[in-house]
This record gives sequence, structure tokens and C-alpha cells, in this order.
Amino acid sequence: MIETYLRQNALAHLGLEGREPSSDAAVRLHEKSLPTAVNLRGEKDDPTFLEAVNGALGLGLPVEPNTAAQNETLAILWLGPNEWLLVRHDVSPEAEAQLSASLRDALGDIHSAVTEVGESLVCIHISGPRAADVIAKGCPLDLHPSAFGGAGHCAQSHLSKTAITLHQLSNEDEGGPDYDLYTRRSFADYLWRWLSDAAREYSGG
Amino acid sequence: MLLISCPHCGPRCESEFANGGEAHIERPKDPETLSDADWAEFVFFRDNPKGLVLERWNHAQGCRRWFNAARDSVTYEILAVYPMGSPPPALDPKRYV
Repeated sequence: MIETYLRQNALAHLGLEGREPSSDAAVRLHEKSLPTAVNLRGEKDDPTFLEAVNGALGLGLPVEPNTAAQNETLAILWLGPNEWLLVRHDVSPEAEAQLSASLRDALGDIHSAVTEVGESLVCIHISGPRAADVIAKGCPLDLHPSAFGGAGHCAQSHLSKTAITLHQLSNEDEGGPDYDLYTRRSFADYLWRWLSDAAREYSGG
Repeated sequence: MLLISCPHCGPRCESEFANGGEAHIERPKDPETLSDADWAEFVFFRDNPKGLVLERWNHAQGCRRWFNAARDSVTYEILAVYPMGSPPPALDPKRYV
């Protein structure tokens, strides 16, 4: 019998458990558990596509550029005019297959593509009053609320030399800002060390 | 640093984009009749104007979509962005020569 495949976080080798920063730190980094992620492509101008997806997910696809939709379990990030990333942060290894199967069932013959991509990604959660300053050190996006749009906005860009998808979860006046930062799994170690170094000057020590 | 308006994502930093070279170069319709000189013209030779250039750009670190842009090669000003496959919009570029 084939041994059960072990899902392991991209930063498991760093032993981050038990090293969570204090809640009053200026910048807090932590790796979320391996995300359940599905890349969805389809024509936003096709009402049957939108209807099928919205019915399967119970959440409307964000068709406005650079925006995300979110409920308690699922986040949908706009990646392009016909491309979205669906993300859940539950640890169940079956969740991704279930999510993509429900989408494929709902979409049937409608022109679309559903791809499971969770194991290629890492999600680093960055929060605290100086979180935006740390990201701004290596990312050309203007994260000021007047430019980026605040919570519920997302963008693909690069941080240092790594391609990232950035999703702002809350605003400064809501105890944030905090961001989910997705990158390719193979860049996880590099990006974590880059972020740790960039955040060092705000550690107060 | 240029600020390029991606037709899908809005204004973004130049470092997110990849330049795809001159736009509107059409592949020869009947390649078997082409001479070596014609092939060389198609493959290697590009205009290098002072002033208006029409280029292909890819938002490589963003939405990964291709689009065309009209740029002034002297001032680096992006004069227009328009979709792939479309003819360039009517422009009134500065003339330098």
C-alpha cells in the first residue's frame, strides 16, 4: 500500500511553532497552514459561467479588478480579467479536491478551467502597525489606503524578487492592517528570511 | 521608473512588466516564397525611431496579459495602451526630426 502522502507546510523546516511574536509587536509574521487553493478561469461576460460558479461557491466572483470577495471560509481573489484564485485555510487534505469537484460539477460543459494549485503556494500572514512599511521595502505597490483601496483589495506584484499575490484583510482602523501574502512554495524560505530581515528594524530591540 | 497603465490592473510600476518588442509585425503569409533577405527583414530588423514607438508589453508579475502600448522613445511617456490585435489609436506624437 502506498504510504499516505504527508502534507507539510513550506516553512516546516524552520520550526516556527511556539515562536509566535507578541501581540503588540509592530510587525507579526506567521505561516498559515498549507492553503487549499483552486485557480479558476472562465469568461466573466458569460452569465451561465457566473451563475454556475456563484451557485457552487455561495459567494459572488469579484469582477472588479484588484478586488477580493470573502466569507468565513472562502476568499476569492481577482487575478485577471478571466482568472481567479479561490482560497480556503482549512487543514483538511480533501478540501481542495472537494472544492474543485463541486466547481467542475457545476460548470459542466461551460468554457472554463479549474486547477488545484494549493500545494504550489505558501501563505504568509503579515500584520501589525508597520506591516505595510515592511512590504513597501520590496514591493512597488502603493499600499496607502487612498491608493490600494484597503481591506478586500488584492494585487499581484513582486516583493523583493519574488512574484506575490497580496490580499489585504483589514484596515488600520480595524486593528490592522493585515495581509495574506501568497507566493510560490519554492520561494517561501527566501521570502520568509527577507521579511524577517526587513521587519527587524521595527522590533524595538 | 515608468508607471505603465495595464489595461486590466491599472497603473503599475515598470518592474512588473516585460517588454515584448515592436508591435504589429506580421508573420509572412506565404513563407515558402520568401528570400533570405525577406526572412532577415522579418526576423531581425526593427525600426528604431526617435519619437513614437508601438510596443508589446506583458504584465508579467501581475495579470500576465499582453497588451500594446504607444510610447515616446525620447521622453518615455506612454501615450496610449490598447488591446492586442487592435490597430493603434490616432495619436499626435511629438516630432523630433
